[in-house]
Amino acid sequence: MRSIVTVFAKELKDSLRDRRTVINTLVTGPLLAPLLFVLLINTVVTRELEKGEKPMVLPVSGAQYAPNLVAALRQADVKIELAPADPERAVREQDADVVLRITPHFADAWNKGQTAQVEVIYDESQSDSRSAARRLHALLDGLSARTGALRLVARGLSPSLQQPIVVAERDQSTPQSRSGVLFAMLPYFFIIGAFIGGMAIAIDTTAGERERQSLEPLLVNPVPRWKILAGKLATTTTFALATVLLSVLAFAVVGHLMPTDRIGMTLDIGVTFVVRTLVVMLPLAALIASVQTLVAAFAKSYREAQTYVSLLMLVPIVPVLLLSFLPYKAQLWMYAVPLMGQQIVIARLVRGDAVPAVALAACFVCTALVAIVACVVTARIYRSERLAISA
Amino acid sequence: MIEVSDLHKQFGSVVAVDGVSFRAKDGVITGLLGPNGAGKTTTLRCLYTLMRPDRGGVRVDGIDAIADPGAVRRRLGVLPDARGLYKRLTARENIAYFGRLHGLDEATIATRSAAAIAALGMAEFADRRAEGFSQGQRVKTAIARALIHDPTNVILDEPTNGLDVMATRAMRDFLRNLRADGRCVLFSSHIMQEVAVLCDRIVVIARGRVVADESPDALREQTGEANLEDAFVRLIGTDEGLAA
Repeated sequence: MRSIVTVFAKELKDSLRDRRTVINTLVTGPLLAPLLFVLLINTVVTRELEKGEKPMVLPVSGAQYAPNLVAALRQADVKIELAPADPERAVREQDADVVLRITPHFADAWNKGQTAQVEVIYDESQSDSRSAARRLHALLDGLSARTGALRLVARGLSPSLQQPIVVAERDQSTPQSRSGVLFAMLPYFFIIGAFIGGMAIAIDTTAGERERQSLEPLLVNPVPRWKILAGKLATTTTFALATVLLSVLAFAVVGHLMPTDRIGMTLDIGVTFVVRTLVVMLPLAALIASVQTLVAAFAKSYREAQTYVSLLMLVPIVPVLLLSFLPYKAQLWMYAVPLMGQQIVIARLVRGDAVPAVALAACFVCTALVAIVACVVTARIYRSERLAISA
Repeated sequence: MIEVSDLHKQFGSVVAVDGVSFRAKDGVITGLLGPNGAGKTTTLRCLYTLMRPDRGGVRVDGIDAIADPGAVRRRLGVLPDARGLYKRLTARENIAYFGRLHGLDEATIATRSAAAIAALGMAEFADRRAEGFSQGQRVKTAIARALIHDPTNVILDEPTNGLDVMATRAMRDFLRNLRADGRCVLFSSHIMQEVAVLCDRIVVIARGRVVADESPDALREQTGEANLEDAFVRLIGTDEGLAA
């Protein structure tokens, strides 16, 4: 045990003295994602809110055929403009978000009490155009319903005839669970954080140590190789976990800086969140550290190790991104799968959903078992003669 | 004392060591001499248990290196061919790390490294980080950390490689001091003069085999050459029938 601690203490001191590693793993790694998030979400939210509050500008073609309709729109705080000559083209080229076209038949149908048609020209693939069209559609629906009701009353009928069913929505989401949609990427950032945190150390303590010609003298000491490896793995795991912790803390701070409450969401990262996240990330960090070490130990040089370990980072992207965007219902076995379990636990914590203790335990124990297997395999590889020899 | 008997080591189809046997006694400097690629480094690596021989045995102070590599490593001080330091640690920290790996307590480490720093003339750079050390400073630090546990047997792979004249002279004195302490000193070299001035016994290796194992004088006598360099050339240039 003493020699494991000796190796651990030395590697920790050595790594902390390496300014580049410290900046990459303990500053840039954990802080970059939260900063990007703040920037992105602030911009999007502010823009959406501003648009919702500003009066709508609407180019209308054929306004002269429906003075009543245009007057009603003006009353609803819509600024009416003259439509461009070719409305379809203007929308396609994003010169206008939406254009309302009124045909000469409108007045005729309107006056006869028939259904009169207007055209809303928009582009579903442009978010600005889409939201403007929705807004206009809602306005027109409101006007239509009101006029219909007035017409029924004029004929001595109740307006409720027109609406046999009314829907009352009972939304079960909470501000926190709604934020789960926005923060679906959060688990991914934490998992990638563990990869970034372990990477530099895993390479430095294996391929790097060999390339600097200090591995052979180290292995001549009367310490079993697995103990040397254990000390190195402990260092890599510590750095990976530190990166995750800093990343979680950064998001906790960032949660308060984002204007999420204005769109009815909250990101609440409290003590329980931090503790549970770290509990499920601990065995994953050990697993990642050991796989990174295994890959780096195989590499012939530092550069080769860097390439392989970087490629390794792509492994979690597919399952984690799929889980972020595909709807699923969490089953117990899912918690037991490394990467997937962490993803689900953290996603539920973000949404403010309870994570059953048995699920938490399944996640921790199964990932820990896989991590132990990975460590044993790495230790076996580490016994190979080729490992120590640099040239 | 280090005993090697009938050592074989093969890498794929390349035979690196092909039946090497010799004995390095306590209080004697034994030189392993041979051209580049003769199998010196592989032989030494089998000695300090980094590699496992395919066949043959190694005993250090009577302990079998294959059966109990840990005990053998405790009795060996090794300066391998690779002698990289930890650049972000000071020379003293580099030495202390190996002391701790040998299980020494902090007080012993402090007194021994102070003694080594004085003996090797390292005082000026002992507390500087190893980044930017000269070749000589690096070798001194590597030797100090290899000997921190006060081993009775010392193995050095090409110890004077890359050293200037002054540092080489200092190294020779240091090896003589180790001999005076009664230790078993075994070092490898491909430089004739070096072996000639230092060694009490010379083991000449060529193509993975021992072609001579004599004192310098006996070597000259055996080959009929007046100077050792000619003797050396003759030994490695001729086939084993003549050399034996």
